[in-house]
Amino acid sequence: MEVVYGHPKSLKPIQTKYCPGCGHGAIHRLIAEAVDELGVQDRAIIMNPVGCSIWADLYFDFDSVQVPHGRTPAGATGVKRMRPDHLVICYQGDGDLAAIGTAEIVHAANRGEKFTTIFVNNAIYGMTGGQMAPTTLVGQKATTAPHGRDPDGAGMGYPIRVSEMLATLGGTKYIARGSVDSAINVRKTKHYIKRAFEAQLRGIGFTMVEILSPCPTNWQMSPPQAADWVASDMIPFYRLGEIKNELVEGGGA
Amino acid sequence: MAEEKRLMKGNEAIGEAAIRAGCDAYFGYPITPQNELTAYMARYMLDSGRVFIQAESEIAAMSMVYGAAAAGGRAMTSSSSPGVSLKQEGISYACGADIPCVVVNVARAGPGLGGISPAQGDYFQSTRGGGHGDYYHIVLAPKSVQEAADLTYEAFGLAEKWRMPVMILADGLIGQMMEGVVLPAAVDPGARPDRPWCAGGRAGLAREANHVSSCILDPAGLEASVRARFERYERIAAERTRFEAVNVEKADLILVAYGTAARVCLGAIQAAAKEGLELGLFRPISLWPFPKDELARLAKAGKRFLTVEMSMGQMVEDVRLAVNGTVGGAVAAVDFFGRCGGVIPSEEEVLAEAKRIVDAMNASTAEPRSGSARR
Ligand SMILES: Cc1ncc(C[n+]2csc(CCOP(=O)(O)OP(=O)(O)O)c2C)c(N)n1
Repeated sequence: MEVVYGHPKSLKPIQTKYCPGCGHGAIHRLIAEAVDELGVQDRAIIMNPVGCSIWADLYFDFDSVQVPHGRTPAGATGVKRMRPDHLVICYQGDGDLAAIGTAEIVHAANRGEKFTTIFVNNAIYGMTGGQMAPTTLVGQKATTAPHGRDPDGAGMGYPIRVSEMLATLGGTKYIARGSVDSAINVRKTKHYIKRAFEAQLRGIGFTMVEILSPCPTNWQMSPPQAADWVASDMIPFYRLGEIKNELVEGGGA
Repeated sequence: MAEEKRLMKGNEAIGEAAIRAGCDAYFGYPITPQNELTAYMARYMLDSGRVFIQAESEIAAMSMVYGAAAAGGRAMTSSSSPGVSLKQEGISYACGADIPCVVVNVARAGPGLGGISPAQGDYFQSTRGGGHGDYYHIVLAPKSVQEAADLTYEAFGLAEKWRMPVMILADGLIGQMMEGVVLPAAVDPGARPDRPWCAGGRAGLAREANHVSSCILDPAGLEASVRARFERYERIAAERTRFEAVNVEKADLILVAYGTAARVCLGAIQAAAKEGLELGLFRPISLWPFPKDELARLAKAGKRFLTVEMSMGQMVEDVRLAVNGTVGGAVAAVDFFGRCGGVIPSEEEVLAEAKRIVDAMNASTAEPRSGSARR
């Protein structure tokens, strides 16, 4: 009998430490499925960032490199330049990518570094317990924005649409935004990830998939409520779809 | 095998030595007085298909080094004092993840932006584990262009053997001056040690996945890993401590200095000899591990020490720790003379200070000198 759906080989069959309803687990699975389908488990390297996904090395059955907070794209640059035939996955949260590591992501993207960034946007700092992130929505509460994010009055600034910003840079060849709030969005996100990985393996420039991801614990919601909030509040601000696609399908660029 | 002597700037000799040592990847950010080194690497590395990146910052450059070395490459970065402060984040991570790499500091005067003239104010930062956490790494201090090339060449192999960053602590004078240098032959890439621990190259899933990381959240596990590293430090101290000693057996007063300050001291020693005064020089080459045993031996033999630095006195603390308890606990056996801010002490002022101490030693022959050392 043919197995049509099973556990990805690249993901270890163990329970994760992630909270119920957290998006990291689903995103890990999508990455592992794409790695398996492309047959590159033995040449995949994940950069596991400082953030909740620091534990990525427990779950993925491929090599990993753990770097300082925000320096993930700099570390990925070093890894990919030494191992250009490997699939290098630069996994980052919104604090890692859009706050402390802003310089690193902008310049790696602009240099057209040939790795794929998976940008998990949960609009909050998960690991440190719910502080405001650069992507926190206006009015959204956080431990460091107890009355909600107030861009002008309290000088907290506006949520940053990182994908749109990076799309203006010459080195970026593929940028898409997906979400793991619903089955249909999960399927689309998988498609984006695979496209980005394929482009990386063909040696095209910088690729990134931003993924809107629920954080029920720090949003203080139940898992179903959190998934609904992604749809009702996040997606209208962070539009889904392919934001930049300069891939020449099937060939080099 | 040996090549002809060439005239080179220290910065360029460091670059050429790194290339010959098989440096696969260089990452740097511009800063004076080491810019010739970054430019040298750009010229050679790009032309030969190796990796060169002018990074967006020293922070990023160091994490690029970390990534390239974690993936199995011989990786290097260079900078000067303010930039090396920024690299401390990545150096701490590299020490925690046991990643071999080479970091060059062509030091200038601080604190803050300070000045661009040569100084030795980064001794503490370099030798104490300049970032957060419990760690050390090898620090080598050249006194000449030749030695800068030789130590850089050797640093890559040392880093791999001991699984740690190796820092070359030069100063702006060593980086900028031109001297004759005979360069070592290029390393055979096939002769490099394996890196079975590195990320990548898991062809056919022949081994378990490798995880290069400094993260250990369980306190007992982290303590065990730090302790294992400290045992390694003991072995490094036993095997790799290096120094140069000049005229130390004859002289009663020994000047202790490294790098450019040691050159000044050599000049002072020669001037003293002309006046019939015997002075010695003890020059640590490995600042970490510090050659404390040899200093203690000399102290037990009744020697006095004058530490000369281009700072307000940093290495002098290590000299005092080394001789502490060996001369009846007389801390005053170690004097200090220093200039800072980019001012290089002159031979004349070092000699004058040495004479003052020798005169005092002769005046109080009966009892050991007391009181605190002059700063
Ligand atoms: C230099 C440094 N600053 C701060 C921290 C503390 N810290 C750990 S994770 C984190 C934020 C993580 O948020 P994000 O990147 O959004 O990832 P998430 O946990 O939400 O997945 C912070 C600030 C750190 N480890 N290192």
